[in-house]
Amino acid sequence: MLKYTEDHEWLKLDGDIATVGITEHAATQLGDLVFVQLPEVGAKFDKGGEAAVVESVKAASDIFAPLAGEVIEVNEAIANDPAIVNSDPQNAGWFFKLKVTDLKPLGELLDEAAYKKLIG
Amino acid sequence: MSVKVSKTSPEELRRTPLHALHLALGARMVPFAGYDMPLQFESGVLKEHLHTRAAAGLFDVSHMGQIRVLPKSGNIADAARALERLVPADILGMAPDRQRYVVFTNDSGGIHDDAMVANRGDHLLLIVNAACKEADEDRLRVQLADECAVERSERALLALQGPNAEAVLARFAPDCTSLRFMDVRQLLIMGVDCIVMRSGYTGEDGFEISMPSDVAQEISEGLLEDPNVKPIGLGARDTLRLEAGLCLYGSDIDETTTPVEASLAWVIPNVRRRNGERGGGFPGASTIFDQLEHGVMRRRIGLRPEGRIPVRVGAALFARGGEEGSIGNVTSGGFSPTLNAPIAMGYLPSSVARTGNRVFAEVRGQRLPAIVAGLPFVSPRYKRS
Repeated sequence: MLKYTEDHEWLKLDGDIATVGITEHAATQLGDLVFVQLPEVGAKFDKGGEAAVVESVKAASDIFAPLAGEVIEVNEAIANDPAIVNSDPQNAGWFFKLKVTDLKPLGELLDEAAYKKLIG
Repeated sequence: MSVKVSKTSPEELRRTPLHALHLALGARMVPFAGYDMPLQFESGVLKEHLHTRAAAGLFDVSHMGQIRVLPKSGNIADAARALERLVPADILGMAPDRQRYVVFTNDSGGIHDDAMVANRGDHLLLIVNAACKEADEDRLRVQLADECAVERSERALLALQGPNAEAVLARFAPDCTSLRFMDVRQLLIMGVDCIVMRSGYTGEDGFEISMPSDVAQEISEGLLEDPNVKPIGLGARDTLRLEAGLCLYGSDIDETTTPVEASLAWVIPNVRRRNGERGGGFPGASTIFDQLEHGVMRRRIGLRPEGRIPVRVGAALFARGGEEGSIGNVTSGGFSPTLNAPIAMGYLPSSVARTGNRVFAEVRGQRLPAIVAGLPFVSPRYKRS
């Protein structure tokens, strides 16, 4: 299942494993990315915790953990080539995979229609 | 993450003559110095930057101020001498059809604004920063009231920059090929008299072109028809000038920085220095002379962060990774597309401001190592001969 946050992250949930990235809208607004700081594998985050940082040409932005969990995998490809996030933000540009420890807030996240409405 | 979305230009922002064209070209607009300006076009900042260094970029800089200073006596030397009261520069010695980069100083030796001054034969033409243009005009009008009429020029200003800029412009104005760096000439472009200046803010060869506002869109469209030319936004304008080691007024230079501290002592010619023929006679002269003769406490330098993380304006600088007490600060910083690495400029104490020294910049609570670097980061390619 595909869900979105108000902070412009997406997550694909497969059981209790969530793959997380930033939306096309966010990538376009940020502009060309020049640096991505991924979390360490094994790092644990609360819902809304600062999990990653991206630097565009102009400024830095935080990426938040959409649900509480532990990082089990990170996408080294985007650390080596941040431009992948701009060219394919919702597939090849994924940031990290979380083993979610608390799925209860899932209902609070946005579905595609609600996210589209948010960005107008 | 927080993402700002602006869809419409707020009514309070001013517009240049090219505003409609920017929107038609798909620009992402942002406020800058009270104007609604293009940050980037569809290519994005990185591609626009690299295109300018490879071919030719067209910039709308019509938000900047164009001010004419006319001598009441009809003798341009009088206007030059008058202007020399405000700038530590050699205006009197400037030949017709030439221009210079100058700074307006304040009583502490700090900088009110930086500007280009061109000798147009019977008057001086000043190009000043958008954010300072009203204050610059007022200062000129008040201080030069006895000798000069000061007129605001409501014209458009375009910059065409890059290795192919001459080839592009030559198709419209063949005589542009005879201009050398810092020459100024009135040339016909598409049937209209334009003031063409071989200068710019990118480190590339190129031209800054002043024209009546009502022809700006037509001339822009004409230039953009050349496949060499892409429209370039303020985002790439900033990354280009940073690579070229050029100051941004309000960031790298301001009312608190003297030209000596800013590593701009070269703008002060010998004739205006203490023992020169027209030595002194500008605001802050005694402070500036003292610094020229005895040295400065701090200097503007370049920085090459050692990792991949950009170090940006406002970052504090430290002498050692764990030491307390910042010794300087970053005044401009970002990512260099040409070098594919972060670059920055800032101020450090003179004792530390030596190329090759390692300092530390605080970014998000971490102290990141950076090496003091000479400026520019990318060598200029001006056409001097």
